[in-house]
Amino acid sequence: MDIKRFYNEIVTDHNLHPLHKHPIENPDIELEGVNPSCGDEITVQLKVKDGIITDGSFIGDGCAVSQASADIMIDMVIGKTVEEARHLADIFIRMIKCNATREEIEELREAGALEDISHNPARVKCAVLGWHTLDEMTKDMRYDAKDQK
Amino acid sequence: MNKEETKDLITDYRKLFPLLSEDIAYLDNAATTQKPIMVLDVLKRYYEHDNANPFRGVYDLSERATENYEAARVKVAGFINAEFPEEIVFVRNATEALNLLAYSWCEDNLSEGDEVVVSVMEHHSDFLPWKYMAEKKGATLVKLEPDQTGLITDESLDSVLSEKTKIVALTHISNVLGRENDIKHIAEKVHAAGALISVDGAQSVPHTAVDVRDLDCDFLSFSGHKMFAPMGIGVLYGKRKHLEAMKPFLYGGEMIQTVHWDRVTYAEIPHKFEAGTVNVGGAVGLSAAIDFINKVGWDTIEAQEKRLTEKAVLGIKELGHIRLIGSPNPDEHKGIVTFCVEGVHPHDVADILGKSGVCIRAGHHCAQPLMDHLGVKSTCRASFAFYNTDEEVDRFLTELSKVRGLLGY
Repeated sequence: MDIKRFYNEIVTDHNLHPLHKHPIENPDIELEGVNPSCGDEITVQLKVKDGIITDGSFIGDGCAVSQASADIMIDMVIGKTVEEARHLADIFIRMIKCNATREEIEELREAGALEDISHNPARVKCAVLGWHTLDEMTKDMRYDAKDQK
Repeated sequence: MNKEETKDLITDYRKLFPLLSEDIAYLDNAATTQKPIMVLDVLKRYYEHDNANPFRGVYDLSERATENYEAARVKVAGFINAEFPEEIVFVRNATEALNLLAYSWCEDNLSEGDEVVVSVMEHHSDFLPWKYMAEKKGATLVKLEPDQTGLITDESLDSVLSEKTKIVALTHISNVLGRENDIKHIAEKVHAAGALISVDGAQSVPHTAVDVRDLDCDFLSFSGHKMFAPMGIGVLYGKRKHLEAMKPFLYGGEMIQTVHWDRVTYAEIPHKFEAGTVNVGGAVGLSAAIDFINKVGWDTIEAQEKRLTEKAVLGIKELGHIRLIGSPNPDEHKGIVTFCVEGVHPHDVADILGKSGVCIRAGHHCAQPLMDHLGVKSTCRASFAFYNTDEEVDRFLTELSKVRGLLGY
């Protein structure tokens, strides 16, 4: 595979100049995700109001793939409902496992730029680190949101 | 021998490794080495002509399998200059050797208040078994710390040794720093303190002559697959008196003398530690790998690895924006060159090099406590075998020089 297609502008730009890599004040939920193969750790933080993600960020360090993927993810989920964010995480994780349709990948917009990683088994864990963490931390939230109503 | 003659010699040896004919620069030899044709042939020959379950059968074929296996043990004993072949226990790899030792030795020799000294640069396999057993026995795990270049000073060693010390677990050559520990000197001090020393030889036995009697180590562990032998065969060496006093690690077939419902006697060493059907093919492969190493000779192996290491270290220094881990002196790297590229995560470095056919390792190298000690999350590592060439080091350096550019710097 062409190395420049893999490390495309979207990936390198989000890695070098992340928009959401900073702690936020009083997050409602946060969770640390670990990639055991390299020891990388990232912490995802979210502010959630009435089932809507009003702000989000990530901190930690890792490879360009994990950092860019997490940055793109946060950018996409801010303003979305937890339900919608989980839907995107589901598609993203399936895309990396080569198990998503063309229409679904289009829903991912910028995150679709990471599709090529599915052909690179060693990097799969890097790409899904942020998304898995998001999925894990919001697992029970849908029900919380309903309970609150 | 001049440079051209060495080059011709290495080229000839290289041809004996089928996998090396591929268009890659394989620089991950500290993880595992490629296999020469004579090792592959001997495996095939064993399974085609001599294979049976050893020790059990009285027929000729089973006896041949037994002879093959025991001849390999004698070969290994000679290779590390053990006094008796029974001091060689065949296991799967260094990890299993260290687990066998920690579980079995600590069971009877460690109690509350005792101390086990482990260096912070150990591979997880020489850290976790000791940690587990120390906790189980109420003993304390004491950290032996090298300086930033990997050197264990007398002061550092003296500060951890006491009358409470029962055993010291130390690597011969660090799989990250490449630095060789002066085991002979350290063993003397450990013994003077009344303790035993276990040496992890996974990175030393394949790269330099190791003489257990000269080092006077009590135990030595190593893996076959890092020294041109197949995966799945490794060695625990132990001084006879220690092995004889230890309880078995795995229980089952072929490690007993008699078994009755209420009365069991175990086999003599080394069979006491080799429960179940053993890996004869692996042992025969290891024996062939030792023959191969002896044929090439330590002079050639060490000189070539030293040259490649020096070339890589100097090249890295010239590139800039790269932090070399460990000693700045290439002679202190023993074929292992670990580094970080400024602003680029090691996984990205290894991936970029990998896509150009240069195989290096990235990550914590199963030595996370050392990463913490050095203040890095993870690193890149290029590691050499004598079959590597100047051209491969050049290729590595060329690809490495492109990395920062590709990531937008």
